[in-house]
Amino acid sequence: MMNYIVIAFLFLSIVLYIILGGADFGAGILELFTSAKNRSRTRKTLYMAIGPIWEANHMWLIIAIVILFVGFPAIYTEMSTSLHIPLICMLIGIIARGTAFVFRHYDAVKDDMQKVYNRVYALSSIVTPLFLGIIAGSVLSGHIDINANTFSERYMHSWLNWFSVGVGFFVVALCGFLASVYLIGEADNAEDRQRFVNKARRMNIAAVICGALVFIAASLDHIPLLQWIFYSPVGLTAVIAATGSLAIMWYLILYRNKSLIIRPFVAFQVVMILLAISYAHFPDVIIIRGGENLSLFNTMAPNKTMDALGWALILGSIFILPALFYLYYSFQKHEEVPL
Amino acid sequence: MEDFFAARAQMALSLGFHIIYACIGMVMPFFMAVSHFKWLKTKDITYRNITKAWSKGVAIFFATGAVSGTMLSFELGLLWPTFMKHAGPIFGMPFSLEGTAFFIEAIALGFFLYGWDKLNRWFHWFTGVIVGVSGLASGILVVSANAWMNSPTGFDVVNGHYINIDPIKAMFNNAWLFEALHMTLAAFAATGFAVAGVHALMILKGKQIEFHTKAFKIVIVFAAIAAVLQPISGDFSAKDVAKRQPAKLAAMEAHFHTEKSASLIIGGLPDEEHQTVNYAIKLPGLLSFLAHGNLEQEVIGLDEIPVDEHPPVAVAHFAFQIMVGLGMIMMALAVLYFISLRRMLWLRERWFLNLFVMAIPMGFIAVEAGWTVTEVGRQPWIIYGVMRTADAVTPMPGIVYSFYLFTLIYISLSVVVVFLLKRQIEMVPVLYNENQARRL
Repeated sequence: MMNYIVIAFLFLSIVLYIILGGADFGAGILELFTSAKNRSRTRKTLYMAIGPIWEANHMWLIIAIVILFVGFPAIYTEMSTSLHIPLICMLIGIIARGTAFVFRHYDAVKDDMQKVYNRVYALSSIVTPLFLGIIAGSVLSGHIDINANTFSERYMHSWLNWFSVGVGFFVVALCGFLASVYLIGEADNAEDRQRFVNKARRMNIAAVICGALVFIAASLDHIPLLQWIFYSPVGLTAVIAATGSLAIMWYLILYRNKSLIIRPFVAFQVVMILLAISYAHFPDVIIIRGGENLSLFNTMAPNKTMDALGWALILGSIFILPALFYLYYSFQKHEEVPL
Repeated sequence: MEDFFAARAQMALSLGFHIIYACIGMVMPFFMAVSHFKWLKTKDITYRNITKAWSKGVAIFFATGAVSGTMLSFELGLLWPTFMKHAGPIFGMPFSLEGTAFFIEAIALGFFLYGWDKLNRWFHWFTGVIVGVSGLASGILVVSANAWMNSPTGFDVVNGHYINIDPIKAMFNNAWLFEALHMTLAAFAATGFAVAGVHALMILKGKQIEFHTKAFKIVIVFAAIAAVLQPISGDFSAKDVAKRQPAKLAAMEAHFHTEKSASLIIGGLPDEEHQTVNYAIKLPGLLSFLAHGNLEQEVIGLDEIPVDEHPPVAVAHFAFQIMVGLGMIMMALAVLYFISLRRMLWLRERWFLNLFVMAIPMGFIAVEAGWTVTEVGRQPWIIYGVMRTADAVTPMPGIVYSFYLFTLIYISLSVVVVFLLKRQIEMVPVLYNENQARRL
């Protein structure tokens, strides 16, 4: 029983990290794709929206990683070894991004240094989710070969393949999409709203194109992605539900002028994508070439550890979740503002 | 540089970098809570300004501490996968609780930094206190995980398999209490002396004297109390180490030969080849007294420990001397401060302020030295007596390059943080001009 609670928390923290952290990365990505004219306005909207909550958004990554190394140590160590290089790249992104975001706000003198912080912030906002996606793609790609003899086969091909890189770009586009949908609700005038709607449209198109590229890359790399998703009733239902919610969301944005109610829809789409892909090969997490796959069950820590971890997570969430909701509630808009 | 050494160097660098930010992030909120309280009670605008000025420092340090901490949670696996594979389920309990504490800290910090004039005043104050309390809890929990590496318990190793795992027993291992106590006091002393010294410097420069004097007075109380208590906690730790890890005690004291009424060695150059310490002051019997509480008792020397289980003696010994020496100086400064309470004019005397300016880096140098003693003194083990560090290192070649890269990153980050703090401090007169602040 406790084992499933821990697994549920693992899934939950990954989903929340992709949604909340993803929207946060996306905000940086949007900054890069905003014309110089509107950039400082976008930056301001963005700061007002994510300033108070951004540290908390990134805590989900820590929770996920702690669950992995306590509860499923072999998964954590295999990732750390085979995907050492993309993990390092992602960490550099996390370090650069977190510090640049705070530094630019807390530099008491606003001078040319701001350009440096902004550049670092925007670039690392792309690098981090790109490598996050590459890592996610790599564990499923089947390119992790624990018996490989050469450096490039063991530590490079494990992640540097079409499929992993495709997933990386898909995650980047998804983050941009999440952020623009989120920011539609933060705009306080019609012009800004329209800008974010346009951005959401472009990011949506980019995500669809990247998604299609992932399927093409999967077939080039002989990964049965189509079968995983479309041949299983759960996968198929999830895809249909995600597409349906996407259509309703666009209807609400374009014809009903809604701004806040659309957020749960975009979050739902992310949940469905993750559900489809993780259900397809549950309980396997890392697909190993020429060896036994690492699954949630064959890597699970002994019962006593799982019990303690489960209780720690349950107790933790009793403290965290109400406080977190109250934080969001305190600093967000509460009702639709007609523009 | 070989990869194993590079991995150790990278880990040391990351921990050494993170500990400074972690200390400041967990201690500064308490300073803020005091001045915030004084603002709410006295309505003296200076206290509001002090609180706000400090909170900007905290935001900078917290962000840097959070990313370097995230880095560490991955680095354990990136550099020491074999260790994490076995140790994760055993010593993971404090980390899973620390995740909660850290999360709450981040939530509370969001409320605190952005809640000025938005939230109920006392709720706002309370969120600041929560930042400090949860930060402190995080610190203690992480230290408890480190303590397990020094005093591994809560499992059995049978034919290379780690069985009978009890994560709760592992968390409350024999070393955690004294380590946590020593580190908590160290964090207060180090951060306190650093912050007090910066304010002393600004008083010396004659800038915003009221602002900096009030700030100094809040901080120095924490720093002085911690600095006076620290030697006592150090004595607990030394007696504990003597019992649990004789090799570490022998290395940090450069105690080569087992003897009764062992002498305490102060200073000197340990010569590992000839097993002697040159140019040292030796105080007969005192080591026996410090380690076991009486002047006669035998203290185990390195000669009773297999050579392949010796920690690097010189590094541990020097680091230990530096830590103790700086600790003594800080204790003396603390006593001086308590005397000054009866002679208020001292706070305007240049010699008095100069002494505190000189103490700015002392606490943090002592913290780094102390961790060097703990970590280097545990070598060659990663789990004391169970797993060797060399057996835990990642099989991936080329760690040297990763070490160079992160050295560069951490140095640049440190430079930027110092630059930002300098700017914040220089801008105090502009940002917190009394008249302007009243209008706000």
